[in-house]
Amino acid sequence: MATLEQLIPIKPKPSKGWDVERIRKDFPVLRQTVNGRPLVYLDNAASSQVPVMVIERGAQYIEQEHSNIHRGVHYLSMKATTAYEGAREKVKRFINARESKECIFVRGATEGINLVMHGYGRKFIGAGDEIIISAMEHHSNIVPWQMLCEEKNARLRVIPMNDAGELLMDEYDALLNEKTKFVAVTHVSNALGTVNPVKEIIERAHKYGVPVLIDGAQSAPHMRVDVQDLDCDFFAFSGHKMFAPTGSGIVYGKAALLEKMNPFQGGGDMIKSVTFEKTIYADLPNKFEAGTPAIASQIGLGAAIDYLSIIGREKAAAYEHELLVYATERLSAIEGVRIIGTAREKIGVLSFVIDDIHPHDIGTILDQAGIAIRAGHHCAQPVMKRFNVPATARASFAFYNTKEEIDTLATAIEQVIEVFG
Amino acid sequence: MSELSELYQAVILDHNKKPRNFHKLETANHTAEGFNPLCGDQLTVYLQLEDDTVKDISFEGHGCAIWKASASMMTQAVKGKSKQEAELLFNEFHRMVTGQFDEETEPNQLGRLTIFAGVREFPVRVKCATLSWHTMHAALNNQELVSTE
Repeated sequence: MATLEQLIPIKPKPSKGWDVERIRKDFPVLRQTVNGRPLVYLDNAASSQVPVMVIERGAQYIEQEHSNIHRGVHYLSMKATTAYEGAREKVKRFINARESKECIFVRGATEGINLVMHGYGRKFIGAGDEIIISAMEHHSNIVPWQMLCEEKNARLRVIPMNDAGELLMDEYDALLNEKTKFVAVTHVSNALGTVNPVKEIIERAHKYGVPVLIDGAQSAPHMRVDVQDLDCDFFAFSGHKMFAPTGSGIVYGKAALLEKMNPFQGGGDMIKSVTFEKTIYADLPNKFEAGTPAIASQIGLGAAIDYLSIIGREKAAAYEHELLVYATERLSAIEGVRIIGTAREKIGVLSFVIDDIHPHDIGTILDQAGIAIRAGHHCAQPVMKRFNVPATARASFAFYNTKEEIDTLATAIEQVIEVFG
Repeated sequence: MSELSELYQAVILDHNKKPRNFHKLETANHTAEGFNPLCGDQLTVYLQLEDDTVKDISFEGHGCAIWKASASMMTQAVKGKSKQEAELLFNEFHRMVTGQFDEETEPNQLGRLTIFAGVREFPVRVKCATLSWHTMHAALNNQELVSTE
């Protein structure tokens, strides 16, 4: 078992002064009862809740600024464009990109990864080439690469992990070779909570001149991300996992790579000129943003970034770390509960199984107590296979959760064990 | 938690702990495999069909308590029945757990299977209760693979 103090990669500052009750007031959805009990929302790794500030920003756009972007000369279109491009600026600062044009708006991490697969992979990867992913990827960072390998007759290689859920870096070294043409690895495992040493993974790939995509769906909401410091070539994340509406998200790419890639989808807004003989594509970022995007959602993502900076990302992360440590202590003390994923570097996610009780039964009984957790394979079937479990139950935390909620969870788990006796 | 005790009744918990006919059937002449891709439940139904009668039936696989108890009781209910009777039971069971059928007022052959009526209060769990039945139906009709939505 990992020592609890070592679970988070960000040096946790003491979370003293974290007024969780005040924070909770920002999230209207939390003020409800489910099955007669106060809602305990512990499914943040699947989708997180949206604060008033983000809701109001989206509503303001719809009420007062809605129009199509980039093409109108009229007042509203200019307002909409300003707000939309303003959100892109916020994203740029959030991940410390060099330029805002490196931040492409997408529907979420899945679309971002697919964009890179189509734009980069289909252009630059061919027969006999190798793509490296890891054993703990979400299906969204497996399936696109499999599709590419099938199309191009390339080969998918997988970095294995140990029983704690940590990648075996020596095995990664052994996989890297002249045939390696791409590496795609998750920053934080959605099923295990493991924080991967992505900086090192990137550095080693770059020795072979290989670009690296980081799936940041679980990291961006809960830890500081600096794409220049990581030196990643691509970084994808979803807005709906970081307190923004669904339909928002980003794929970051280094400008030089984005420039030489093929576009993703064709259509309006991604062109400079169109004739029946030839189309000249627009410059970044528009080249990758065909059609009218989810304007309100992306503006909401910008507002969510503002919200995170107001409450303090590092303070929020330190508090979430405390929650994880507390939940790990509480749950591992219950007889019959086994935690899946005990990496030394871990954030936000607590996956567990109970002897002889299927996670779906756990999920249903917890729901009756008003507790929302995820039960299933978490879109990571190879991870389930690796740990020889059909599924797990997963509690995942955000800075608006409380220790009392974790107590409620622990009590309900004891009840589950009682029911199944 | 009254709906919950409706779902996890003692009989269901008992079948979960001690599933009946939970093994491979060497004498099977019809088999089918069922998947629930959303939650990963999986089972194989083995059927020994003779002169249109289910002479023997068994199952293997993994899933939740509702899944296991339902599969266990399905094998008990279907064993010895004719193909037509088994199909009728499947139809009644399916309509009961999806709330299209009131087992208390309408005549039926469900017997003890009515303890699964509570599943209809838990829409996301309906597929757990019906997977084994869909798979049994597939085995009867020589389909090899079924997948619930």
